[in-house]
Amino acid sequence: MVNGGSESGSICSVSREDNMAVSSEDSSSPDESELELGLGLSLGGGSKMHQASKCGQYARILTAQDFPSSSPSPSSSSSSFSLSRANVTAGTKRTADSVAAAANGSCQVVGWPPIRAYRMNSMVNQAKASFTEGFNSTTMENRRKETSMVENSTIGSYHSSGNTNASRTSLFVKVKMDGIPIGRKVDLNASESYEKLAKSLEEMFPETAPGANPAGSTARQHDVTNKTTRHSKLLDGSSDFVLTYEDKEGDWMLVGDVPWEMFRSLVKRLRIMRKSEAAGLAPGSEARNQRQRRKPM
Amino acid sequence: MHKKMAFSFPDEVLEHVFSFIQSDKDRNSVSMVCKSWYEIERYCRRKVFVGNCYAVSPRMVIRRFPEFRSIELKGKPHFADFNLVPDGWGGYVFPWIAEMAGALPWLEEIKLKRMVVTDESLELIAKSFKNFKVLVLSSCEGFSTDGLAAIAATCKNLKELDLRDCEGDDLGWHWLSYFPDTYTSLVSLNISCLGSDEVSFSALERLVGRCTNLRTLRLNRAVPLDKIANILRHAPQLVEFGTGSYTADLRPDIYSDLAGAFSSCKELKSLSGFWDVVPAYLPAIYPVCSKLTSLNLSYATLQSSDLIKLVSHCPNLQRLLVLDYIEDSGLEALASICNDLQELRVFPSDPFGVEPNVSLTEQGLVAVSSGCPKLQSVLYFCRQMSNEALVTIAKNRPNFTRFRLCIIEPTTADYLTLEPLDVGFGAIVQYCKDLQRLSLSGLLTDRVFEYIGTYAKKLEMLSIAFAGDGDLGLHHVLSGCESLRKLEIRDCPFGDKALLANAEKLETMRSLWMSSCAVSFGACKLLGQKMPRLNVEVIDERGPPDSRPESCPVDKLYIYRTLVGPRFDMPPFVWTMEDDPSLQQLSRANLM
Repeated sequence: MVNGGSESGSICSVSREDNMAVSSEDSSSPDESELELGLGLSLGGGSKMHQASKCGQYARILTAQDFPSSSPSPSSSSSSFSLSRANVTAGTKRTADSVAAAANGSCQVVGWPPIRAYRMNSMVNQAKASFTEGFNSTTMENRRKETSMVENSTIGSYHSSGNTNASRTSLFVKVKMDGIPIGRKVDLNASESYEKLAKSLEEMFPETAPGANPAGSTARQHDVTNKTTRHSKLLDGSSDFVLTYEDKEGDWMLVGDVPWEMFRSLVKRLRIMRKSEAAGLAPGSEARNQRQRRKPM
Repeated sequence: MHKKMAFSFPDEVLEHVFSFIQSDKDRNSVSMVCKSWYEIERYCRRKVFVGNCYAVSPRMVIRRFPEFRSIELKGKPHFADFNLVPDGWGGYVFPWIAEMAGALPWLEEIKLKRMVVTDESLELIAKSFKNFKVLVLSSCEGFSTDGLAAIAATCKNLKELDLRDCEGDDLGWHWLSYFPDTYTSLVSLNISCLGSDEVSFSALERLVGRCTNLRTLRLNRAVPLDKIANILRHAPQLVEFGTGSYTADLRPDIYSDLAGAFSSCKELKSLSGFWDVVPAYLPAIYPVCSKLTSLNLSYATLQSSDLIKLVSHCPNLQRLLVLDYIEDSGLEALASICNDLQELRVFPSDPFGVEPNVSLTEQGLVAVSSGCPKLQSVLYFCRQMSNEALVTIAKNRPNFTRFRLCIIEPTTADYLTLEPLDVGFGAIVQYCKDLQRLSLSGLLTDRVFEYIGTYAKKLEMLSIAFAGDGDLGLHHVLSGCESLRKLEIRDCPFGDKALLANAEKLETMRSLWMSSCAVSFGACKLLGQKMPRLNVEVIDERGPPDSRPESCPVDKLYIYRTLVGPRFDMPPFVWTMEDDPSLQQLSRANLM
């Protein structure tokens, strides 16, 4: 047991005395050679001291003197991480969920401001209500509350009730691929066409289009020529998979059967289906699939 | 001769005494007094709280407390609320239900937060627990109304079904009809998060009508305004009510119907909903306003003048959630009218706009802190702040227990002096000695963490974003905040040093989240190796962290204490830092 001093057993909180003891040791004995402990633990006997040697920087008990004095600027002097605004995007995952160049120019970050997705959905859908044209056939005015399916991200600004400024909204829909337990989300508004959407999905799920992307690229492709010279395998039928979507009526349809703009307002979620399973679907068909018991991830 | 302890009562007496002790902390203390008290207490513990479902296994919990009736479980880290935790991370409740199904047939309550709840789990709950009474799902996902139908059909003694902020698949309202006609025990129903338009009003009205003990009813947006009057008339005993879409064509008959229905609800204390609100219909609720203690207008896009008018009818408000349309003027009015206010949350109406769209500044918060002596919990989104205002607020309101300030643009300085907001937040932690929860924002250096480490001795949860200069900041927090249980950090230049120097501290906390910081993979490995009672999980969707140099920072890091070692349900983008490489293989097997 590495922590000699603390008790074990119940789920109750572990004694903190050990931690305090270590802190006081910190300030009184900064002698490097005697206290070559990697973790600031009171190992009380010098066991395992040299584990830390592989990462030499961890080899001492640290005192306040080790830490750089604070400066008002947000850039760090002790690590290579620098907190400039441009770098906020570095290290965030490069998928459709990550930062997009915001139309309104300010730096948009995933998950900031910290507003729950549930609340974001509701706010956007309220604003959208005044912009929606009725595509549905029900008698009730179509105020689509897609809170369970369509998730609007924190990227881009949305229309608030008084603000008619046309900044780009995000429209995240869930997408699941057969055989892959983890679902993802894709921003429909980041793609202006079926081709672009399909290509984003091929990047997200490389199994749909093996060999389509150059080796080693997991980052988002910024290469425009690459995108435009190659047709989407998902759409042209050469993939083993087809792209389908569930519409507002709950029917599963092949993607591509309606104009893109209409598709965007109809789609609830996407599924990348094995070709063999998609036999019942045809463009424009309203064949009602067996109700999906899959759960959104 | 047996030496009898002076306080050696028969077990039944001790059990009876213990039954008055409800809080987990006290129960835990009781169980530590001596072995016999430990034994007695564990058999009579009826409520179990597990703050992190991966800290312990269901089997262990059941072994220790074989007779509990109520369990509360939490799954994903808090930052999952803001899309920082990728889909598929974990938090599946099914293994817990499966274990409890056999061992605890008398289980009555299950409360879950940020967990994945499938229809299979719901069906198993319905099937396994004959006396099941309470299901609360808070920020959960993974289920559909099919699962709810199973609960409705089978749980004859169900009292509470509360779906708060969940992402469930709403396949239509027919699930409501699965409550048998003989079923009348519903006390609380919250379906505000369900999304379907396929509403069956008759099923709802019949249900509401026959459940005469119904006290809480929160409808979803699909319920139109003209249906509410009928529903309220079926349930005039309601204490808490959430409307649906609060909009209709302006018709006097609808209005008078509505106003009449509200007036008949003499017990109403809490209102929510108000999507798509049409101001002309607001006065319909005036008859109940004077008794209201809780009002959630956070979806109501009302302008300041309408909000002020409404609030002026509610002098007894204790809890208000509202959009920043209320503006400083509205908050000043609130401060003068609602002297009992304890909790205030102000949400942004346009979080991504570069220019402010409303006149809501730090002044609103200053006003409320001054005029509301009982205010203890605040969540406030705004665009500007000053140290001066924060110091004033702190001095006005030393009784804050929760202070969450979000200045919308990261690293915004004090707008008056252009300095960091260290001093302001420092005043908050210095004056508010009972502060339990704090969220920081704005331009902050390591100095604010020095203040926090020095003064925030009761702080249990701290949220940090875009702040600090280096490891010293983190070191202050980890070494100084004695009561810290949850620490969540994003986009801060905190690296390996502070983390490793305070490794032991992490075992005294529930969890630590760090994303977009500067913690290297090497440090994560070291921590994982050295601290067997911590799970050190690296979340990285770019690919395996060991495909990059060890000094490379990890994308996201989630560290939590656990009694059961690494979990077995990790998705491919989560790596656990382990002692034994072969163990790592095992943990990665996708045993969902």
